[in-house]
Amino acid sequence: MSGRVLVGVKRVIDYAVKIRVKPDNSSVVTDGVKHSMNPFCEIAVEEAVKMKEKKLIKEVVAVSCGPQQAQETIRTALAMGADRGIHVEVTGKEYETLGPLQISKIMAALAKKEEAQLVILGKQAIDDDCNQTGQMTAALLDWPQGTFASEVSFEGDKIKVVREIDGGLETIKINMPAVITADLRLNTPRYATLPNIMKAKKKKIANMKPADLGVDITSRLEVLRVDEPPQRQAGVKVETVEDLVSKLSEAGLV
Amino acid sequence: MAVNPLRAEVVRLYKNLLHLGREYPKGGEYFRDRLRAAFSKNRGVQDPQQIRDLISRGEFVAKELEALYYLRKYRAMKKRYYED
Repeated sequence: MSGRVLVGVKRVIDYAVKIRVKPDNSSVVTDGVKHSMNPFCEIAVEEAVKMKEKKLIKEVVAVSCGPQQAQETIRTALAMGADRGIHVEVTGKEYETLGPLQISKIMAALAKKEEAQLVILGKQAIDDDCNQTGQMTAALLDWPQGTFASEVSFEGDKIKVVREIDGGLETIKINMPAVITADLRLNTPRYATLPNIMKAKKKKIANMKPADLGVDITSRLEVLRVDEPPQRQAGVKVETVEDLVSKLSEAGLV
Repeated sequence: MAVNPLRAEVVRLYKNLLHLGREYPKGGEYFRDRLRAAFSKNRGVQDPQQIRDLISRGEFVAKELEALYYLRKYRAMKKRYYED
């Protein structure tokens, strides 16, 4: 096996930022808003770097798709321990319509090109919450997938994945090469400290366009409208149990 | 006056904390002001052992900040994506 792991990292609006919808309801405000690496992508990077530190794999390659700023996200991955980066440049309208289908085509092409042994992704992005890219990538490559991974270990030439599912944990053993998607409890991502960021400046980031990989990134989806969630209605306080019962029966609930 | 060899370590620590402090919940400026005040207060210290103790304290603060940031993020993700 090549010993090379591809990790996809996405630049999203920072989790702590209050999201605002644009007045024309076309999308969310992103200009001047703090962005950072998707938290589940951080967990994915951490897992790959841990594998390298345990000498289970040889090289970690961080991939991000988007405009110039996507390089910042790759730099964070490099500071966390990735060896090199690949920036697939997508800008403007094409970037606005970039989604799991397009990303998975790009990841699949790169996985083949780089002869990756594993592709590790976050389980979903906190901006679109699709939870599709990992699964689509595995399907395009016809590779096994270990999604919602809360534990990953090598067993000979196979990989054992403990998955978080409704009602508990499921353990599977899959062949490599494979696609893994990281869930919250997989690991604790390290912070990209200043010394590590400085060291990472020497690491290389390759630049390419989707066309260089022979990938068509036209979207088949059109966003019609973006709205804020409905405002929470104020609650009503009652003084006695009788009041509570009468209010409930008024509402037709008892 | 000979340059104290620990000076480089102190400067490195200061830069690290400044970088970490940018994400401080009460704001990067709040953190930076308090960081400056804390370092200024000890600027007269000459004893190497004392300096090393202060550096250790600074490194401890750095670790605490990393833990704070991690816990905030973990709790936010857990709340948003997992039903308990």
